Amino acid sequence: MCLGIPGRIVAVEDPERLTAWVEVSGVRRSVNVLCVLEDGAPAASCVGAWVLVHAGFALARIDAGEAARTLALLDELGEQEPGP
Amino acid sequence: MRFVDEFRDPTRAHGLAAAIGRNLDRIPAGRLPLRLMEFCGGHTHTIHRYGLDRLLDGRIELVHGPGCPVCVLPRGRVDACIELALRPDVILASFGDALRVPGRRGTLLEARAAGADVRVVYSPLDALTLARRERERTVVFFALGFETTMPATALTLLEAEREGIDRFAVLCNHVTTFATLRALLEAPGPGLDGFVAPGHVTMITGTAPYAFVAEEFRRPVVVAGFEPLDLLQALAMLVAQLADGRSEVENQYRRVVAATGNAAARAAIARVFAPREAFELRGLGALPEVGVRIAERYAAFDAERRFPVTVASVDDPAELRCGDVLRGALAPAACPAFGTRCTPQQPLGALMVSSEGACAAACARHRAGP
Repeated sequence: MCLGIPGRIVAVEDPERLTAWVEVSGVRRSVNVLCVLEDGAPAASCVGAWVLVHAGFALARIDAGEAARTLALLDELGEQEPGP
Repeated sequence: MRFVDEFRDPTRAHGLAAAIGRNLDRIPAGRLPLRLMEFCGGHTHTIHRYGLDRLLDGRIELVHGPGCPVCVLPRGRVDACIELALRPDVILASFGDALRVPGRRGTLLEARAAGADVRVVYSPLDALTLARRERERTVVFFALGFETTMPATALTLLEAEREGIDRFAVLCNHVTTFATLRALLEAPGPGLDGFVAPGHVTMITGTAPYAFVAEEFRRPVVVAGFEPLDLLQALAMLVAQLADGRSEVENQYRRVVAATGNAAARAAIARVFAPREAFELRGLGALPEVGVRIAERYAAFDAERRFPVTVASVDDPAELRCGDVLRGALAPAACPAFGTRCTPQQPLGALMVSSEGACAAACARHRAGP
């Protein structure tokens, strides 16, 4: 139930209700973006951001730098011993 | 898919399994196997879907936790929801999994077959959309889940208030992770050596609330993402902590989880919900601080205040061992009804319903073969 799906915010839908169109695997969905906006910032300020979507709400911005660092760390661990 | 595919790479998975093995070599044989619990049903699902347990040798036992909202919901709560759904002035909306959980007299889906207006929604906002158009009946959103899902319910209710939509109400069955974790640590039964913590709960709460697990109970905690490499890395981090004799709260899922969580989501939770004195969880009994209800100021949106809702305490059928499995005290296959009387197609117990339930996940695995 706590499933979250990564998607990219592509356009504002309704600035009043703070909803935006998020593209998830090529499909556009209406998502509320309040939780990924800086204090008082307009919905337009998050267009382009990668977010984690759960139950119609964007709940975190995905940090591409951290993703790359995690993968680099994984490679480091794996390099200590050859795989099968 | 970006941020997904790269965390499913089999070569990296084998490298991680080897790293886990090296750290296990540093732990005295008398302390093995390590019993590590993944709290979240989403993690249980990933483990079974990708066969991660097959990558590990017998020195780690993965224990499935109670972090599956439909699994912890006792029958009496489902019955109360069905009773509400059968009212002619109510449209009941919830997530798909919630509709298949058995109560004493069947499921919400069966209530729908008997004439109740029950709708499957992907978001509570979809329930609000239904309510916006409704003139006579009330759309009741059957809300359940841990902290991940609480902001969605809270923000939808706040939007209903902002727009003055009075045909919307929430039947609140949300529960908190940390009171559940504490109950689990205090429950009698075989001990647990460490926890893989739920990444999406933590993206809301931040990592600080886990401190008691590391400090008071001296168990390591690693917050993990939901792809196979996330889980394997989290296990490697847990085993490294145990080999070093450390018990700390670490975060494997940094690309999504900020240490401080999400302040806007927490503010919505704090505004809309208030703690219940006691709330019953399957397998753990009635606990303080585990459940929340709609706060007094939003009473107008609280289905429990708008309609006569009674919640009885209803035991699971005697042949089922759901409670023991939820606490990690019994493996799913050790339940006498597992895979025979109770199957994913005809679930008798809640853990057989959702693909995140320990029994449904184990059953899918069982059939796929070793």
